[in-house]
Amino acid sequence: MRLKGARVLLECLMREEVETIFGFPGGAVIDIYNELPEYPFQHILARHEQGAVHAADGYARASGRVGVVLATSGPGATNTITGVATAYMDSTPLVVLTGQVPTQLIGNDAFQEVDMVGISRPCTKHNYLVKEVESLPKVIKEAFYLARSGRPGPVVVDLPKDVMNAEMEFYYPKHVRTRSYNPHIEPNSKQIKKAVEYICQAKRPLIFGGGGVVTSNSHEELTRLSRELQIPVTTSMMGLGAFPGNDPLWLGMLGMHGTYTANMAVNHADLLIAVGVRFDDRVTGKLDTFAPNAQIIHIDIDPTSIRKNVAVDVPIVSDCRLALQALLQELEEKVEASELARQYQSWREKVEEWSRTHPLTYTKSEDAVMPQQVVEKLDELTQGEAIITTEVGQNQMWAAQHYRFLHPRTWISSGGLGTMGYGFPAAIGAQVAYPDKLVIDVAGDGSIQMNIQELATAVCYNLPVKVVILNNTYLGMVRQWQDLFYNKNYCSTCLEYSPDFVKLAQAYGAEGYKVTRPGELDDVLRQALFSPNTAIVEVVVPQEENVYPMVPAGAPLNEMLLV
Amino acid sequence: MRHTLSVWVEDEPGVLSRVAGLFSGRGFNIESLNVAPTLERGVSLMTIVTAGEEQIIEQIVKQLRKLVTVIKVVDMNHTDCVDREMVLIKVNAQDSYRAEILRIVDIFRCKVIDVSHAEMTLEATGDRGKISALISLLQRFGIKEIARTGSVAMRRSLQAET
Ligand SMILES: Cc1ncc(C[n+]2csc(CCOP(=O)(O)OP(=O)(O)O)c2C)c(N)n1
Ligand SMILES: [Mg+2]
Repeated sequence: MRLKGARVLLECLMREEVETIFGFPGGAVIDIYNELPEYPFQHILARHEQGAVHAADGYARASGRVGVVLATSGPGATNTITGVATAYMDSTPLVVLTGQVPTQLIGNDAFQEVDMVGISRPCTKHNYLVKEVESLPKVIKEAFYLARSGRPGPVVVDLPKDVMNAEMEFYYPKHVRTRSYNPHIEPNSKQIKKAVEYICQAKRPLIFGGGGVVTSNSHEELTRLSRELQIPVTTSMMGLGAFPGNDPLWLGMLGMHGTYTANMAVNHADLLIAVGVRFDDRVTGKLDTFAPNAQIIHIDIDPTSIRKNVAVDVPIVSDCRLALQALLQELEEKVEASELARQYQSWREKVEEWSRTHPLTYTKSEDAVMPQQVVEKLDELTQGEAIITTEVGQNQMWAAQHYRFLHPRTWISSGGLGTMGYGFPAAIGAQVAYPDKLVIDVAGDGSIQMNIQELATAVCYNLPVKVVILNNTYLGMVRQWQDLFYNKNYCSTCLEYSPDFVKLAQAYGAEGYKVTRPGELDDVLRQALFSPNTAIVEVVVPQEENVYPMVPAGAPLNEMLLV
Repeated sequence: MRHTLSVWVEDEPGVLSRVAGLFSGRGFNIESLNVAPTLERGVSLMTIVTAGEEQIIEQIVKQLRKLVTVIKVVDMNHTDCVDREMVLIKVNAQDSYRAEILRIVDIFRCKVIDVSHAEMTLEATGDRGKISALISLLQRFGIKEIARTGSVAMRRSLQAET
């Protein structure tokens, strides 16, 4: 079968079982778009390439599949970069296909030429420039394999226009053969034995899960480990949903805006079982005082994550799921779970006491709707069964703190890069993956305006995404830092002027709601959440509410500001 | 501490920028870097001399291994190896200096590869210590230009036991 490059590409995508492509056309990819109608892909036309990438990212995080993006050369390609970097930091599997000027023009500053491979190199797992059509199948095969295997991540494939028009005899390789890339996924059994010894000796163990638990689908194993041995659990923000938020052993999130209990527990633990985490500075606070009393077992598939920031006693380079399975097996053979559970009894009591004395709190008000209350209401109305995406800032932290995540892949938020404008397009992607689930973007008045154009996308494809804007008329999280550490010098953080979000929603053909008083919250949220349409709910919240607890950047975790 | 890393890479466009970009992007330092083909087609050997604490070196090695186009990384400090660097030195060589310079050439087993009435260009090969010693000895004549290859390194052969 002799095919043009454009068709070769689409045939490859078929063989990778791609169903959905998030994209935006242009001259350099017009040949691909020209063939697209012949194929059964669902193409979601975003309104900005950044939106397309975040949507593919949300799709990937919600479903565990590889998200696919198609964008044109030059500005189309550069517009994808924030999305690619966001995916890279949070290890989301993406294949981003960008157009490129014809090979003979590369390097000539041709119209809409950028060095995409050069620009995207530091924020991709790998990238390719396809110079001959004959290498296209191999490259696409590798791109998908790299994106989803090992520690997942985005892969960019740059496709010159002439390559899309050149012909070849189509074939698709069965296997990927690279002599270099070979992720290590099986745990070392000696290390597993050693981990079990540490667990047996511990008096105050704590499980610390991260995004890797979600990525590797090892939430069940993690939950079993905790429940069988009765070990309390905290997670990083990325790990929310990896352990049920309604379990008595759940301590809440760790780190800068983590709970008092979780931060104190890390401080007092004598053993930290860290699974699928990378000890980001937002989690550790001041490094030399992090988990000062604990020995650390660290399971991660990426060897560079281990010993990057903290010294580790038992490093286990492995797929988290395989490692946890091996650990559970070894524990089953070697120890009496109930005995260990008893050994940790007084530790659990101590932890429970912290939770009792220092729960997450905020002050309710008669006449103002509190942002935390909005998230609690969402939790109540959805019973923890919604997919929650967020923007970045206070809205994100309140969502992380006050929604009880019960399942993995229901928390979708830009952790590593902290990209404002991520949540709404990500919600669109998640909704595409799960048309029947309730998908809610918890947003801020600042962030939502960074990709508001995607309202057209949501409405156009009948995606009933809900956006709940916590409108504090501020770039709230930055204002909070100015408040606490810069003498309330609120320079450039007040959003005095914002559009009328209700009318804006309506202008795009979505539903718009506004809540200003506590009494209205329940009714309006119900109406919006259970409507079959895209909806924006703007909730006016107090301007200067802060997120607490807060560990100031670079401070030890036990030095939290509590109110 | 200084480490010499041998890095075998796929010989393809952009591989150098991947490695160099990794170092600059993560704030690792490169003292010297040398790249050339190997006997195996499609494989190049990079020799990178870098410095840092053990934990940093460990990160560098791991990060290099994580690059998809990197085939193998060996920290030569952990092996018994020989390493050499070549240097070309253009030195002032008025008549009054010549004899002395030639004596140094002799002692260091360098070669004179170009000469004019005022200058001499020397070629020398050796480990880092030897090259530095040579340069410092020649300094007093006035070095005009210098070009160094950076180190290349190789594991020593196993010696037969006696
Ligand atoms: C693209 C981008 N630009 C700037 C920032 C820095 N930043 C972090 S939080 C924040 C405030 C966000 O404001 P808003 O969306 O209203 O959320 P709030 O904190 O008020 O809930 C800003 C500007 C960022 N994270 N991302
Ligand atoms: Mg705000």
